[in-house]
Amino acid sequence: MLDGRGLIRRRAGARLWLSGLWLTVFVLAAVLAPLISPQDPLAQDLMLERLPPAWVAGSEPGYWLGTDSLGRDVLSRIIYGAQVALAVALVAGLATCLIGSALGLVAGFYRGWADRIISRIVDIWMAFPPVLFAILLIAVLGTGLTSVILAIVIIDWTRFCRVVRAETLNQSKMDYVHSAKVAGFTRLRTLLSEILPNVLPVIVALLTLEMGIAVIVEAILSFVNLSISTDQPTWGGMIAEGRTSIHQAWWVLVFPLIALFFTVLSFAQFGEGLRERFDPVLR
Amino acid sequence: MSGFLEIRGLSARLAGTGQRLLRAVDISLPAGSVRGLVGESGAGKSMIGKAVLGVLPKAVEIVEGEILLDGQDLLKVPPAERRRLIGAKAALIPQDPLTALNPSRRIGPQITDRLVDILGWEKARAASRALEVLAEVSIPEPERVMRLYPHELSGGMRQRILIASAFAAEPKLIVADEPTTALDVTVQKQILKLISALQARHGTALLFVTHDLGVVSKVCDTLSVLYAGKVVEDTTVERFFAAPQHPYSRALLAATPRHTDPAASLQPVPQAVIDAAMAEIAAADAAWSAHG
Amino acid sequence: MADSIFQVSDLRVDVPDMTRKPLFGAAPRLEILKGISFEIPRGAVLGIVGGSGSGKTTLGRTLVRLVEPNAGRLLFDGRDIAHLSDAGMRPLRPRIQMIFQDPMSSLNPRLTVGRTIAAPLGAKVSDARVKAALEQVGLPADFAGRYPHELSGGQRQRVGIARAIAMRPDFILADEIVSGLDVSSQAQVLMLLEQLVADLGLTLVFISHDLSVIRRLCSRVIVLRAGEIVEDAATADLFERPRHAYTRELLDAIPIPDPSVRW
Repeated sequence: MLDGRGLIRRRAGARLWLSGLWLTVFVLAAVLAPLISPQDPLAQDLMLERLPPAWVAGSEPGYWLGTDSLGRDVLSRIIYGAQVALAVALVAGLATCLIGSALGLVAGFYRGWADRIISRIVDIWMAFPPVLFAILLIAVLGTGLTSVILAIVIIDWTRFCRVVRAETLNQSKMDYVHSAKVAGFTRLRTLLSEILPNVLPVIVALLTLEMGIAVIVEAILSFVNLSISTDQPTWGGMIAEGRTSIHQAWWVLVFPLIALFFTVLSFAQFGEGLRERFDPVLR
Repeated sequence: MSGFLEIRGLSARLAGTGQRLLRAVDISLPAGSVRGLVGESGAGKSMIGKAVLGVLPKAVEIVEGEILLDGQDLLKVPPAERRRLIGAKAALIPQDPLTALNPSRRIGPQITDRLVDILGWEKARAASRALEVLAEVSIPEPERVMRLYPHELSGGMRQRILIASAFAAEPKLIVADEPTTALDVTVQKQILKLISALQARHGTALLFVTHDLGVVSKVCDTLSVLYAGKVVEDTTVERFFAAPQHPYSRALLAATPRHTDPAASLQPVPQAVIDAAMAEIAAADAAWSAHG
Repeated sequence: MADSIFQVSDLRVDVPDMTRKPLFGAAPRLEILKGISFEIPRGAVLGIVGGSGSGKTTLGRTLVRLVEPNAGRLLFDGRDIAHLSDAGMRPLRPRIQMIFQDPMSSLNPRLTVGRTIAAPLGAKVSDARVKAALEQVGLPADFAGRYPHELSGGQRQRVGIARAIAMRPDFILADEIVSGLDVSSQAQVLMLLEQLVADLGLTLVFISHDLSVIRRLCSRVIVLRAGEIVEDAATADLFERPRHAYTRELLDAIPIPDPSVRW
């Protein structure tokens, strides 16, 4: 046990730092996109189409990761694509987390009719196939960043709600909750000051996971052309376009895919790393 | 005379931190006798039982010493051979009857599996032996109980089944790890009497891990008192309860509740005794690292 | 009348038995407490003893109103609290405290010891009362900054006691508070409790499955079996002249740490 804990802790350092590093790069890229991207991400130049990355023969200086079939710079498009990914991850992730966790806490702690209503809604929600549900929602809401975020929140709040409710139920059975009652705490205070700190690690882990999932969902919607206008580069859109020219220009597909992969992975690892680093119980 | 189980100079430590868990433990258990391993949590009493049965957690590494089972050093034989040896000659009565049985399987196969899979018995023979031992632990209608699931039985019944299971293969050694801690005091008495009766009838050597000196005085012939992984006293039950030698043993006995003499029992262990015991261990550790 | 802190009469608790619930319709009721009556004089140390399933824990939790009884009267200081709402109980809470069996689960793992003791007082961790409570249970003041998992079992149970006495209660319920501890810390915690009860003039109910612990601490003992009181007697009488067969059975089953005593 002790030894296992020691081992985990050593790994946690690397996990937290590596994922944190990638997420920092990701956030900086999104925020500083206009300053750091080497080219205009929308500028088409048919003379420069399908240029390979800098280290492959036939490349052109200034186009580090090559260009796509319309001659647009892949690196610049990935950097600008980070903006959409970041917005979706933050806004959709946080909104999903807040709504789902709040409902989960209420259902798990107060039980009774609140729990019955919330749990039934979750059951019904879960019966919809999520991808079809998303496509349907976008069709109703119209395309655009807001619609994408709204669709993610509407679909994914149940993930938080279910897990947070289950964990709240578990914690509610612990004697420290009874002891709070004996101490004369109000129900709300017990929920916020006793139970919430113990459910928080789960919420944080889910939140970071959800941020990754939000990025993927946005990419999937872009892939089926249901996300945002073509004026704004997105990783999903790039992957969709790159797919058509995979044999002539693999880099158009591979680099946004790598960016997507590392971002999603880093979110999950970052959550796990945070928990291992800051949870007093694990320490 | 050497015992059926001989532990000599067994030292173990936590891999990674190097924290010492067992300190040159010597234990001798003649065939057919009962030895209590007594100590407080963390003293290493369960760990010795686990080491004998070859089920130490991965994080615990044995530094040196010998565990001789029927004359064969378990630490010197390859793992597969060790498992076969232990499976044939030793068994465990676990602490918690609620978790030691698989809740989703019937009682019968949980007893016979070990006989069939590890000892290679024929199924029919294993089944009839299971019925026999269940009857021996006074379980009514053993045929019916074999088909039940654990949750259909009370805690005391489950502990009987675990005892039956331990005796099923007629082992020469049984390690009982706090077998009655989870039970009511009236059930505890029945279970301990049962274990003692079976042990005597079959001539089994019994290594009895417990924190309860009251239980030791009823069940054991000899005992080893452990403190911080070190045997501080190794004596017979008669001598121990008449006049414990080590200060820590004395303090432990004085701390044990005794309703027949409330004023003399439940005495807190004096800090001086703990300090002296720790100093003794530190000195032994220093001597040990000097020669090693 | 006035010198009883609790008066309990015909107290009943039953719960739906979900293991025998039919597919449709209500589950049959399982009686946990079958009409229990007793009084707790102010300043008494009452032991409640019984095996598993005897209802002793439920009885304790009903006294501190973590459980609402189905029937019967539960007078605290002359006032029936059997069916008081959460809000109605709240003003009484500081006077009725409880120490739990498992100090690991009864201390919030993510709060420091100081916050655990301070929060019910509505005080800051630096409050003098927190320091005083720690001192009273024999823990150094710097333990206020520690988390429960950094303490030993005995130390955690001391924190549980500190939290209860910091409220300056009239009544404390101690539910199997030493059963998870080693004998040496068991003795220390019991001595501490014994002394605090005397110093603070508390009324204590001490629930245990272990009669030998009760003998040391309690002035009166109630023996429970299957939700009913089988014996209610002064401690010395109960141990020397047990009237009920079940009490004798319990006493006989205790392994006295002396090989010369037949068992």
